[in-house]
Amino acid sequence: MKYLDEFRDRELAERLLHEIRQTVTRPWTIMEVCGGQTHSIIRNGIHQLLPAEVEMVHGPGCPVCVTPLEVIDRALAIAATPNVIFCSFGDMLRVPGSERDLFQVKSAGGDVRVVYSPLDALQIALKNPDKQIVFFGIGFETTAPANGMAVHQAKVKNIRNFSMLVSHVLVPPAIEAVLQSPGNRVQSFLAAGHVCSVMGYWQYPEIVDKFKVPIVVTGFEPLDILEGIRRVVLQLERGEARVENAYARMVSHDGNRPAQDLLAEVFEVCDRSWRGIGCIPQSGWRLSEKYRDFDAEVRFDVGSIHSNESTLCRSGDVLRGALKPHECPAFGKECTPRHPLGATMVSSEGACAAYYNYGGIIPAESLTHA
Amino acid sequence: MCLAVPGRVEEIVEKSGILMGKVNFGGIVKDVCLAYVPEIAIGDYTIVHVGFALTRIDEESALKTLEAFSKMGLLEEEFGASEEAAS
Amino acid sequence: MPDFSNWSCPLPLRDFPNVVMGHGGGGRLSSELIENIFVPAFSNATLTQLADSSVLDRPTGRIAMSTDSFVVRPLFFPGGCIGDLAVNGTVNDLAMSGARPLYLSAGFILEEGLPLSHLAQIVDSMAKAANAAGVTIVTGDTKVVERGHGDGCYINTSGVGIVPDGLSVAPSLVRPGDKIIVSGSIGDHGMAILSLREGLTFETTIRSDCAALHTLVESALAAAASNAIRAMRDPTRGGLAATLHEIAGASDVGIEIDESSLPVRGEVRSACELLGLDPLFVANEGKMIAFVAPEHADAVLAAMRRHPLGAEAVIIGRAVEEHPRSLVAKTAIGALRVVAPPLGEQLPRIC
Ligand code: SF4
Repeated sequence: MKYLDEFRDRELAERLLHEIRQTVTRPWTIMEVCGGQTHSIIRNGIHQLLPAEVEMVHGPGCPVCVTPLEVIDRALAIAATPNVIFCSFGDMLRVPGSERDLFQVKSAGGDVRVVYSPLDALQIALKNPDKQIVFFGIGFETTAPANGMAVHQAKVKNIRNFSMLVSHVLVPPAIEAVLQSPGNRVQSFLAAGHVCSVMGYWQYPEIVDKFKVPIVVTGFEPLDILEGIRRVVLQLERGEARVENAYARMVSHDGNRPAQDLLAEVFEVCDRSWRGIGCIPQSGWRLSEKYRDFDAEVRFDVGSIHSNESTLCRSGDVLRGALKPHECPAFGKECTPRHPLGATMVSSEGACAAYYNYGGIIPAESLTHA
Repeated sequence: MCLAVPGRVEEIVEKSGILMGKVNFGGIVKDVCLAYVPEIAIGDYTIVHVGFALTRIDEESALKTLEAFSKMGLLEEEFGASEEAAS
Repeated sequence: MPDFSNWSCPLPLRDFPNVVMGHGGGGRLSSELIENIFVPAFSNATLTQLADSSVLDRPTGRIAMSTDSFVVRPLFFPGGCIGDLAVNGTVNDLAMSGARPLYLSAGFILEEGLPLSHLAQIVDSMAKAANAAGVTIVTGDTKVVERGHGDGCYINTSGVGIVPDGLSVAPSLVRPGDKIIVSGSIGDHGMAILSLREGLTFETTIRSDCAALHTLVESALAAAASNAIRAMRDPTRGGLAATLHEIAGASDVGIEIDESSLPVRGEVRSACELLGLDPLFVANEGKMIAFVAPEHADAVLAAMRRHPLGAEAVIIGRAVEEHPRSLVAKTAIGALRVVAPPLGEQLPRIC
């Protein structure tokens, strides 16, 4: 595909790797914020090719992983309600709640459907006027314009049998939370390219000034990620801390204004708890007062459901970069993709699952003969 | 997060008040909401996430980036090669 | 899409355009269904006798037997329907043990309300597939379930074939060093089905690769010295990754593949990008893999390529002694990754 394949070129990847090797002189710790980048790094084996000095720490950037247990339990309760069609992105179906997941609700008779886009859920609402259609609106700033548009359309077109269970999270407060966490080792960030396509990168200079860490807006293909790493390492080696955009084909400084306008209309900032991490102030979006009628938590009165997370699971430490997944005592033992304890073992993007699936079992050294 | 895929806009229509269109992703065609990229024209490339176009791809910048990558390490390579020859 | 324009309803059934409970009741309606739809389509001497069981001749060799049930939704899809899928699926399962497929049974579970025209279409494509594969459908059964208790039509086929004496091909016989050949592009069937799923639909020309592979198997076997082909499988559900894992486990070897050598059609690759799926995990219905002793790999590859169903065959990797029971892929940029066995259904992801 155009604008994908070119950025997977092996020879150019080698050139970039060569540059990184030439530049680096000391150990550095870089966090890729975005789960999509984690996926790409492990899927392509980028971490194996980097010089030993460069350590990549997988950040909290997977909306599936960080959706709080409580919200999952509320989703499960709504999905099990008669006369409800519960629509979700495929990622969420296997995320464990306190007792079960959406797959199990489905097998027990709940009408749970995977959709590609929230607009598909809206279509299902139009086709089934006698049912309540609930969409599980999760995601970062990238997904919010889509979810926001679905709610906006529902309001404009008065589609009363549609509502959304919203658990949106925001990237900049999460970066700050990582930097402020005790024992933080992260020295620089690859910012999530597609989040910035929507939001731009005007929020980041403030963080850079406050914490003196380089932040480089980075894409998802192997060459994009290597270029992000190269620029971060260059700044670190020179003792600089700036915001740079290494994903100029998709990201502008201001981001997407029409999308930001709609977001401001449909959502309002709120405190949000992140699974495994806890509450981060001002780190989420919920539906604004005007759209509260379309809030599934209100419509289905599930606000009273509260849940406690597993005590074994260290996903909070993993998400903060304090622990590598395979260092968790439960990794691969009590906790596997088949029986996940924490959400990071569920989503294919989750740091624990990514380690388990793509690299955790066999240490890189034992593979190098091939 | 946020799997988004580049594709070429093939058709632009207004459907019940929203700007929609057909986008071709390497032979796969999907209906995509273009409401957030009102400036987009047929033939433009855009990046799509869960059925929504997020931005118009700056094709010139894409080419420049690739060009910069392909020039990387060239000087050193020549240098390195001559060093090898000498040893 | 199926074309019903030329289908005419056989007279006595015209009163019932759809399947009704009575069609499975063993009475007159049942007989009419058999006589008007099944027997004419599958016409052969054994079936026409309508006995409780079929008595068949047995050529020399060992007997291979296999059974499979088919529950695809939608029933009709680009490149095929549940009918040819049910025939080819079992033919392929037989062929993968080196058997020449001979006889099939066909069991139908029909949902009340299924249009008889659809049933006729399905039965017709089964008959065509059986003819093409040179197998005879010698016995069958039909039951009807109430509306809402099935997806229109489920089919079970069981098959019997003959394996020549001396031939042994099995997933447990792979040795380190064996080369892995795949007969053509992967992921076509799974993506053709996914393109029609409510909530995911996309426009594409991807067609299911549904096909009977036993003649391709014959060509491959003929090109190799005796037992140089150690194992053959058709990578259906769970895709190539699931099948390679099964073989790695059965033979206690490691497997290494080169991702850039995998044959994946452009559109299938694009659809995978769009939905966040890995073509290694997407189902096939007309592809096979063969593990071949290294010194015979080129000859087998050449023979497969001469067959229309193997024209795009390639070597994708090999069995190794290291990391037994694991599948390792060399990525596009030259690193390695472990490919985990698939866990249930592949779901499109957003992140
Ligand atoms: S391996 Fe499992 S238990 Fe440990 S942190 Fe990851 S998700 Fe939690």
